[in-house]
Order: sequence, then structure tokens, then C-alpha cells
Amino acid sequence: MKDYNRGLKSGVPIGLGYLSVSFTFGILAVSYGFEWWQAVLISMTTLTSAGQLAGINIMLNPASYIEMLISQLTINVRYSFMSISLSQKTSPQFKGIRRWLFGFFMTDEIFAVAVSEKEVSTKFFAGLTVFPYIGWTLGTLLGAVLGNILPEMIMNALCLAIYGMFIAIVAPKAKESIKLFAVVMVSIALSFAFYYTPVINSLSSGLSICICAIVAAVFGALTFPKKEDTANE
Amino acid sequence: MNNTNFWIYLLIMAGSTYLIRAIPFAAVQKRINNQFIKSFLYYIPYTVLAAMTFPSALYATGNVIAAAAGLFVAVIFAIKGKGLTLVAALSCLTVLIVEIMMKYIA
Repeated sequence: MKDYNRGLKSGVPIGLGYLSVSFTFGILAVSYGFEWWQAVLISMTTLTSAGQLAGINIMLNPASYIEMLISQLTINVRYSFMSISLSQKTSPQFKGIRRWLFGFFMTDEIFAVAVSEKEVSTKFFAGLTVFPYIGWTLGTLLGAVLGNILPEMIMNALCLAIYGMFIAIVAPKAKESIKLFAVVMVSIALSFAFYYTPVINSLSSGLSICICAIVAAVFGALTFPKKEDTANE
Repeated sequence: MNNTNFWIYLLIMAGSTYLIRAIPFAAVQKRINNQFIKSFLYYIPYTVLAAMTFPSALYATGNVIAAAAGLFVAVIFAIKGKGLTLVAALSCLTVLIVEIMMKYIA
């Protein structure tokens, strides 16, 4: 129980952060024409910011199922790396069905907190997931329902929250590593090029993000291979 | 939104996201040693987030100048090492202030 409570407590700041970001997701989803319950259901079953944002963009098109799959796999492949990394640090009991169950909750922030533990027990991880999950679900609901009530100017401003969070994840790392900074700049340059080049910009945004990200990451892996173990980064 | 479409999309989105998290967590016991794959996996989260943010975020608020100001503020505070919530909140606040200024002062 001690481990569970400690995990619970560690999840509070993540939950608060998720509350505000998923609020934006709720607003966006409803502004795209989704019902409130659809937005909430997406958040409850998927639990990821970037993937959901790309996902609702793709959902606006009819039957782009392959594109949806490719974009989700590309955007979320980082979770595989996190899962592999965390699988090295779990306690001996944290195996089998427990991993299948709690693997669902592998988000960037939950991973970041869990991986800083010496050893991750099932109870700690279980506690850690509670508030982030509640925050993500509740925030989506509030955004989807209250979004319409808020003045347009405030709603417009809140649409930037999710991007602010992305920047808060990338910028500190890019500041530490000039190589990462260069790779991120390549991705951004490609993304601008795709956005403004005629013909190419008729590609859906999900697909062009995939292409830009993969090309930039391959460029990084070839030009600046990571020598040391990067599991904790 | 068409309901059948929605459920199929939801299944693909939630299912693939779950499996990409759970399969490696449950199956992988040993470390990856391939340097190219390790490097690629290290870079990919950041290149995805960067490509998602730029230039789309500039058009997210309906006011390019306000959005650019908000993103600039986000970068400044993120570099200073401020947390996710604070950075996100400050970027929104900046957009709001710039929009109000442009509407009532300019």
C-alpha cells in the first residue's frame, strides 16, 4: 500500500497538467464536429496527446484507415522505446498480465516519472496512473462541454495549450544537445516546406507529419548516432 | 460525424496505440543494441512533436501574430526549464493578451 500511495502522489502534478491539455483537446474535438461523448471516449481509450490530435484530423476524412494506422504508429512509436526501457526496471512481480494491463498507461510523463525510480513495482505504477487518467478524461469532458460557453477569444487562446506542452517537452532537450537541436530543426524545416509547397501540401497533415518526422529521425540516426545508452532520456 | 466511421477509426487509433505500448512492455526482456534503431527511437518523439507544432500551431488560434507570440513565449520559458503546465498556460495567456491588444488598441 505504501508503494501505491507514493505512486498516487507522484501522479498528481501529471494529472493537473493533463487536465489543462485535454481541456484543449475537448474544445478542438467539438469544434471539429465531434460529439462530447466521442471526444471523451477517444481520450479514455487512447490516452495520448499528439496521437489524438493527429487522429481527429484524419477522422474528418472518410475512410482513411491506412493513413490513420500509419500516423498512429509513427507518432506513437516512441512509446515502444519507453516500454522497452521501463521493462528493464520493473520489479520481479511486474510481469505477464500486469504488463499487458499497465502498458496501456505508458505516456511520456508517466514514463518519465516511473523511469526515474530505482525499481518500478506494480503497485507504484498502478498508483501513478490514477490521477493522470482521471485528469485526461475529466479535462476532455470539461473542454468538450464547457468549450462552447467560453468566449471565442479565450477558446482561441486555449487552442495553443497543447502546442505549448509539446514545446515544453522538446525545447529543454534541444537546448542540452546541439545534435538534437539540429535534428529538430530539420524536422521543422521539412514541415514548413511540406506546408507551403504546392501539390505536396495537398497531402493530409497526418501523413506529412509522419514523413517529416521519419526523414528527420533517420537523418539524425545516420548523422549523429547516439553512442551512450539513451534509455533514460 | 458518421458513426460507423467513428467506431472503426476509434478501434484503429486506440488499438494501435495500446499495442505499440503493451507488446514491447510485455515481450521485450533484453536491451536493444542496434545503434541505428536506438538512435532513431531516441530522435523520433522530438521530430514528431516538432513537425506537429510547426507550422500548424501558427494557424491554431485564428490569429497568426498572436500564435507566433504565444509560441515564442513558450520556447523562452521551456528553455528556462519551466514545467509543461506553466509553459502551456503562459503561451495561452500571451495569445489572449496579444489578441486583446490588437482588437482594442491597434
